[in-house]
Amino acid sequence: MLYDLIVVGGGPAGLAAANSAWEKGLRNILIVERDKELGGILNQCIHNGFGLHRFKEELTGPEYAHRFIEMLKDTSVQVMTDTMVLTVTENKEVHVINTEKGYQVLKAKAVILSMGCRERTRGAIAIPGARPAGVFTAGSAQRYLNMEGYMVGKRVVILGSGDIGLIMARRMTLEGARVLACVEVMPYSGGLMRNIVQCLQDYDIPLYLSHTVTDMQAENGRLSHVTVSKVDEKRNPIPGTEMEFDCDTLLLSVGLIPENELTRGAGIQMDMRTNGAIVYENMETSIPGVFACGNVVHVHDLVDYVSQESEKAGAAAADFVLNPKENEQAVQLKNGSGVSYTVPQQVRIPRIEKNLEVFFRVRQVYGNSVIEVKDGENTLCSFKREYMTPGEMQQIKLPRVLLDKVTADTIEISVREA
Amino acid sequence: MKELVCIVCPKGCRLRVDEENGYLVSGNSCVRGAEYGKNEILNPTRVLTSTVKMEGGLYRRCPVKTNIAVPKGKLFDIMNALNAITLTSPVQVGQVVIENVCGTGADVIATKAL
Repeated sequence: MLYDLIVVGGGPAGLAAANSAWEKGLRNILIVERDKELGGILNQCIHNGFGLHRFKEELTGPEYAHRFIEMLKDTSVQVMTDTMVLTVTENKEVHVINTEKGYQVLKAKAVILSMGCRERTRGAIAIPGARPAGVFTAGSAQRYLNMEGYMVGKRVVILGSGDIGLIMARRMTLEGARVLACVEVMPYSGGLMRNIVQCLQDYDIPLYLSHTVTDMQAENGRLSHVTVSKVDEKRNPIPGTEMEFDCDTLLLSVGLIPENELTRGAGIQMDMRTNGAIVYENMETSIPGVFACGNVVHVHDLVDYVSQESEKAGAAAADFVLNPKENEQAVQLKNGSGVSYTVPQQVRIPRIEKNLEVFFRVRQVYGNSVIEVKDGENTLCSFKREYMTPGEMQQIKLPRVLLDKVTADTIEISVREA
Repeated sequence: MKELVCIVCPKGCRLRVDEENGYLVSGNSCVRGAEYGKNEILNPTRVLTSTVKMEGGLYRRCPVKTNIAVPKGKLFDIMNALNAITLTSPVQVGQVVIENVCGTGADVIATKAL
């Protein structure tokens, strides 16, 4: 079976990409999803705050997914749920397996990789101490609580102040648990300020910055205590600062890893900084006709930006199939001082219609500051910001007219205090 | 003068609310921020999202929310009301689950078709 486009993963990125490819004229599109239904992680994110950019209203995760799933109903896009993609090859074969049809090899003219990301676990951050029951990643606990109907604990400590951890602090509290503390190793929170306010401050949950879990103890196989210590500037625990928490549950919100086994397997060039594929301005990877979008490329804060980026990928996939082009010379986007990565990493300027949207993150907290875009030694343009933190993704738009002036083979984006 | 972080959208504007000057809000970048700043001092409200027990659906819990923001002090009363009910499949997005919950004037509605 030859499809115009196969989309790997039916979460927010895959849904937006498929919709957009269909709108741009592709008709023979397949979404492959490993869960029982479309929507991905949005199905367990029952809190609101989604869609303010995309739909100009505040939706919950399931409602946001529903909007896109409803759009698909008016299209001929096909969906295979409960199906795992095992391999994607360089020549765009997609090997899938499910209980109904067994192992199948599907072919496509274009492929979109939208597998999302997974959580870092206890093993990834090497917490010392006992290895009892009661230690969960925040996202697994969220799925247990919000979908499967299991309460994971009564007295809870949360390690990591990423958004999922903060959201779970509120959620566990509302469901009757006592959340004793949210502990963050960095001197600033990794989550959005609004979540610090409405998830921690609203419920008087203390946030310990520059602290981490340094020991765990168990009773009868279940977590009974965690030890929390202050850390120095190098994030090493400071002896004598230990606090004991009497708790049965530790939730980990310690970062997300783009899920790129298929991407690596296909031999696509990766970016060590994002742990995702290196992409062009239209989200195309190093294999022509294979695109990537959403959290599998870089971890986003807001699903609205995932949709935006994925619609770009979907449109580009349609263009690849319907109007094949010669590959133009690309300019590299380089992260200068204060910038930890940029997406896209490379740009074919002739392919930009009006603006190039660049997403990036800063390395530290900045007050009044300036984002500078340089072509070699020349400053192309600059942007002012009042406040930036590594937890909040930054976005700038570079107009095509400006990019046409670029003469160097790299464009550098850097940040400095004003 | 009270300083707040606006929670209306993920932007997180840093607001200043002047209590002695008609709760005049500055630092906001939209009208909703101005409204939030004033309300947050006078009568703080939140949209409550949670789940209720579900029978016959793909999952055992159905996500729900209040259709408007409710007073912060009522959140745990509403949680108790939600714990007392069970939904049976099929449920539609937007279907009213509890009308005028705890006398707040807000309806609890389902946020997922199950």
